[in-house]
Amino acid sequence: MSSKTFHGGVHPKEYKELTEHLAFEIFPQPQQIVLPLSQHLGKEAKTLVKKGDDVKAGQMVAQAEGFVSAPVHSSVAGKVMSVGKEQTSSGFPKDSIIIKRNGTIESESLTNEFRLSTLNPEQISPDEIRERVALAGIVGQGGAAFPTSVKLSPPKDKVIDVVILNGCECEPYLTRDYRFMMERPDDLISGLKLIMKALGVKRGVIGIENNKPEAIELLTNKIKYEHGLEVVSLKTKYPQGAEKMLIKAVTGKEVPPGKLPMDVGAVIQNIGTAIAIHDAIVKGEVLITAALTVSGKGIKNPKNLIVPVGTTIQTVIDYCGGVTDDSVKIVVGGPMMGTAQFDLHAPVMKATSGILVLTKDEVAENPETPCLRCGQCVGACPLNLMPTKLARYSQLNRFDDAEGAGITVCMECGTCSYTCPANIPLVQWIRLGKQKVLQMQKERTAK
Amino acid sequence: MTDTQTLIEPKQKVYFDLTTSPHLHSKWSTSKVMWFVVAALIPSIIAAITFFGWMQIFIIITAVVFAVGTEAAIQSIRKKKVTWFDGSAALTGLLLALTLPPNFSLSATAIGSVVAIGLGKQIFGGLGYNIFNPALVGRAFLQAAFPVQITTWVKPNFAVDSVTSATPLAAFKFDKIFTDTVPMAIGNVGGSLGETSAIAVLVGGILLIAVGIVNWRIPLSMIIGMFLFGGLFWFINPQNPSPVFHIFAGSFLFGAMFMATDWVTSPITNKGMWIFGLGISLVLVVIRIYGGLPEGVMYSILFMNGFVPLINRYTKPTIFGVVKEEKK
Ligand code: SF4
Ligand code: SF4
Repeated sequence: MSSKTFHGGVHPKEYKELTEHLAFEIFPQPQQIVLPLSQHLGKEAKTLVKKGDDVKAGQMVAQAEGFVSAPVHSSVAGKVMSVGKEQTSSGFPKDSIIIKRNGTIESESLTNEFRLSTLNPEQISPDEIRERVALAGIVGQGGAAFPTSVKLSPPKDKVIDVVILNGCECEPYLTRDYRFMMERPDDLISGLKLIMKALGVKRGVIGIENNKPEAIELLTNKIKYEHGLEVVSLKTKYPQGAEKMLIKAVTGKEVPPGKLPMDVGAVIQNIGTAIAIHDAIVKGEVLITAALTVSGKGIKNPKNLIVPVGTTIQTVIDYCGGVTDDSVKIVVGGPMMGTAQFDLHAPVMKATSGILVLTKDEVAENPETPCLRCGQCVGACPLNLMPTKLARYSQLNRFDDAEGAGITVCMECGTCSYTCPANIPLVQWIRLGKQKVLQMQKERTAK
Repeated sequence: MTDTQTLIEPKQKVYFDLTTSPHLHSKWSTSKVMWFVVAALIPSIIAAITFFGWMQIFIIITAVVFAVGTEAAIQSIRKKKVTWFDGSAALTGLLLALTLPPNFSLSATAIGSVVAIGLGKQIFGGLGYNIFNPALVGRAFLQAAFPVQITTWVKPNFAVDSVTSATPLAAFKFDKIFTDTVPMAIGNVGGSLGETSAIAVLVGGILLIAVGIVNWRIPLSMIIGMFLFGGLFWFINPQNPSPVFHIFAGSFLFGAMFMATDWVTSPITNKGMWIFGLGISLVLVVIRIYGGLPEGVMYSILFMNGFVPLINRYTKPTIFGVVKEEKK
């Protein structure tokens, strides 16, 4: 099978064998949930409830504020305990609603009392799709959690000719997209067709890394008689699932710095997003669960789970048998781009893709030495930056030079840090410099 | 305190490791890489002992001990952390030893190591900051200080009758005698310890390419350069050595695999590596044919080392997506 790809990248150990064979388990309803009002990129949602209110499962508790925003729904039936700042997995406290569930039955299954009407995917109009997606609070199931309805409403002057479903799952450990592909292929294709319809696009591509041959085979068979759909096998390489890399591999086009995928005629959606869109339209469900992989050598029982949004990380970890004694780090998201956690009261959010409990052996931190000028980071950077230079400029506070060398282009994928034999925390330095440069640019335009 | 916290049992493990992403890292570290390169030189060490006798081990030990000792001494004088075991100085010593002729004086070897680490590396600020390959700096110093000893070759063990103690390159330079490729590949010809057996060098070199320590672009561009430039001179005048002779003679392969590929002193960009490798071969062919010395790998690499900062600057890769934008 020939597989397409991009230039650069690395091959971290995958660790997918820990969970790839495990079907999704439905998580029992937690005693209490924490719902941050901002689980997406853009404006924080505005709360509709106050302390003491009763809410139903599926009820909207905060509404979208403006266009780039998304509403939040309760995943349990219960009582609002408080509205205030709570710790989130991003590392910062955010305004959140805490809801205590009614009743105490442990395994009360996920209910969705507040169902929306079901719609016929054959007859629905593009505007109705967008409206429903916005109402259901769907956000991108990748890292950035961009409100999906916005992505489905490109400006009139942009011509979109392809929708790409991101089935790469290039982050090690994570297997939830794979499980979706294996367990719900028809719903996924239905979701893809709805996305295409909303955008008026004729071509739909499902890009899958070639370390998932079963998924490629299954979906290829499913779309055999579908017009305009194709499955593309991609080389297994990190970060194949980054938007720019995926577009390059599938269409051969490069998204210029500072531009969006839609500038080259592509829209990318995650596997989980397509499923959520299908559920919202065909089943009338709002987004109140997160599909995630709980993995790492430090968790007793790795699992793929469907978790009510708002469940705390601690609750999920306990459900998976707890941590081993040699665990040293807990990460929310993938191991390459996720965030290390210190407060396990932080909740699972709509876009949470994984909870990883890593052992010392897995994080393998080696001592840092001066840069050896080996060029590994330069050769590996998928965006053709010179990470060693960018990091150096940041260290020396030479932010003008950093800007000139393209520091704002960096997508913080971590490839350079991963590969550096001198163990220099390149991304950390680059992130710092990038923030400084962006701030500089802001000040400049303000003048 | 909100009601949340009271509901969750307090028996929590506290996680202090909050370093930011990525949370995974390749298994390599500076010292692992250095020791791995040392291991890749074992075939060459074995070849040296096989063809020139077990006494050669003393040259190697002397070079390594003095290199590591010099580094430690300078680091402690400068009140820096002493890196006894990072393998970097040991590797420099070993590389230097392998460029020396058999039975070379041990005291001169020691001086070479001191110079390699002192002048070649530490004076620039230590690991990662030097411009010239330290082992070659040491070797160049010895060439200047002990011109006679360093070109005194011994006849190897298992030598075929036609082989003299002179190196194939000297035989060509001074007597216009060409040595066959086969003995040059095996190593039973006159030459430095490490350069004598092309096969041993290739075994180690290919291993390093396979694990990604050596970037294949440098050795490949040197070989291509040799075919281009060596071939050109050979084409103009068949009295000149053929590219194949150039490649197997002297320390070309050793230089291509272990010296030019030294991370610190070679370019960091892929394009730069091509320019660097081609440049070495061009300079080398000119030295070998027109220079007063039979061998020139060392000088050509040192020469190109000096251009590395410039090469890096002018071969900056184009940022993803930028070219396309301009074309529009
Ligand atoms: S983090 Fe930035 S600099 Fe490093 S490899 Fe990724 S894009 Fe390149
Ligand atoms: S990978 Fe690390 S050691 Fe190598 S050039 Fe980049 S920053 Fe320097």
